[in-house]
Amino acid sequence: MRRPYFIKTLFVAASLSTLVFSCRRDPEIIAPVKETYEFKVPDGFPQPVYNFQGNTVTEAGFKLGRKLFYDPILSRDNTIACASCHQQASAFAHTEHRISHGINDLLGKRNSPSLFNIAWYPSFMWDGGINHIELQPAGPIGNPVEMDETLPNVVAKISALQAYRTMFKDAFGSDTITTQRMFRAMAQFMGMMVSANSKYDQYMRGETTLTPAESNGLSLFTAKCSTCHPAPLFTDYQYRNNGLAVDPTLNDSGRAHITLDPLDLHKFKTPSLRNIELSSPYMHDGRFFTLEQALDHYTSGIVSSPTLEPQLTGGIAMTAQEKTDIIAFLKTLTDRTFTIDHRFSEHAVFHEH
Amino acid sequence: MKYSLIAVACAAGLIFSSCKKETPEDPATPSTPATGSVTFSFSNEVDGQPIVLHTQNYVNPNNDTFVVDLFKYYISNVRLYKADGSHYDEPESYHLIDQNNAASRSFTLGSVPSGDYVSMSFMIGVDSTRNVSGAQTGALDPANGMFWTWSTGYIMAKLEGSSPQSTEPGHIVSFHIGGFTGVNKGIRTVTPSFNSAALNVGSTARTIYMDCNLNEWFKTPTLIDFGTTAANMAVNAMNKTIADNYMDMFTVDHIQ
Repeated sequence: MRRPYFIKTLFVAASLSTLVFSCRRDPEIIAPVKETYEFKVPDGFPQPVYNFQGNTVTEAGFKLGRKLFYDPILSRDNTIACASCHQQASAFAHTEHRISHGINDLLGKRNSPSLFNIAWYPSFMWDGGINHIELQPAGPIGNPVEMDETLPNVVAKISALQAYRTMFKDAFGSDTITTQRMFRAMAQFMGMMVSANSKYDQYMRGETTLTPAESNGLSLFTAKCSTCHPAPLFTDYQYRNNGLAVDPTLNDSGRAHITLDPLDLHKFKTPSLRNIELSSPYMHDGRFFTLEQALDHYTSGIVSSPTLEPQLTGGIAMTAQEKTDIIAFLKTLTDRTFTIDHRFSEHAVFHEH
Repeated sequence: MKYSLIAVACAAGLIFSSCKKETPEDPATPSTPATGSVTFSFSNEVDGQPIVLHTQNYVNPNNDTFVVDLFKYYISNVRLYKADGSHYDEPESYHLIDQNNAASRSFTLGSVPSGDYVSMSFMIGVDSTRNVSGAQTGALDPANGMFWTWSTGYIMAKLEGSSPQSTEPGHIVSFHIGGFTGVNKGIRTVTPSFNSAALNVGSTARTIYMDCNLNEWFKTPTLIDFGTTAANMAVNAMNKTIADNYMDMFTVDHIQ
């Protein structure tokens, strides 16, 4: 009689301790999140432009790309990294900088764009001058007011560091360092930056509901904005002159700088509106700090010119209340799981220089 | 009787065809290898004067004096034709010729099928495919200085120098000819003549000695005056003009 009771007590105690133990080891809280390094197309997204052909994402390649992204070694005096002007908390834009300052605090002409869903980009930069994700980093590296460094110098500096040689070996099978391997690793890191878990995405997946203002904003957005900013990427990547007065101190010809075609004068690539709440200031020269200013431009600020986007002639009619609701909707495009995704953060990278 | 005749005929036919198979295709040259090598060797010149960088004065067709500091160009998509029109394409055919690097001024096609070739074609520049295919390496490494990073694309041919007649800062002469698409692109496919010389590929390694005359950039069909045009670095009408001019800069000196 005693023995079974004793055993039963033991059993209950053990169960209780297991219960307590389970609670303390709640995988949601304690266990490290399993990080994956596989590119997945979110539901409802089209197939990407960059499909990682010949450059399959691996953990080692991704981490090498991340180290390069955060390493100022890419600049001539080792002061400017990609991440200097592309910061995760602002969806990899440059918070509170109309235009960014590069090497020696030299100012460029354009606002640093946010970075996400890059695998879907058909072109890069505001003027679309760069045609491939793997070649994008060469632009800022060589720009005299950004990193002002040569590719042979970058390769030489990186090759001198054992940490890099080890990472290249892990990623590509040998410690030979070439621009091709460097750019492919960076393409793995950048191409993996997918933002598709905003409140809007959750709403579209039936996981949440929109407030009346957000819902009304979505309807208004669809009617007034989605021609140029269509879901799910919220851009069609086309070049447009959206009626901004030309700033004579910048005198930026935009797309025409690349095509030399007067019909492309002052046209810039239509940006995605995902994470727009986080990526102020706005427009190619960062002239607007608030979404209200941006929408006011479309109602009353459009400047006519020969290359003005025809659909913007006369502006877009929006009442004050409609603007408020559209902004409420735009804020549902904020994806904070992306801006805190540990995989894209700087990882205690020890730079040996 | 009828059947045995047929049987004999069949047997004879079998023997005959077997014998034929055992006969070497060309009994006269039983040791001809399946492939041979063809080397392209480039001599960069200005109207017959070999280019010496930095120190030698040259005269362009407009009688402007100039010095060459850098001269580089891409040769790609090398193809050799036989008389019957069949051809051999060099695989991964991308070569950067750099006057400052003697080793770069020749390259060898190591596995050309044996036989007699009568003509060739190649591209000055890099084909459009490799301009839109992401990070390349080797001759096409963007680190080679022949790549526009801000407006993706290879510089097909590049000249840096100076001329007293140039009104550019420092009297520079600077032509970066690029563009892989559109009417003003810098790519040109050319077919320098063998001038009836034979290119017999087989057991003997062959070399095609090519001359490249830099002055062809400035001669025909459009005469270039360094006093008005000494620099061009965009895919514009002048880019097309220079490319149209340099189409005939290559000639075959001799083949051996």
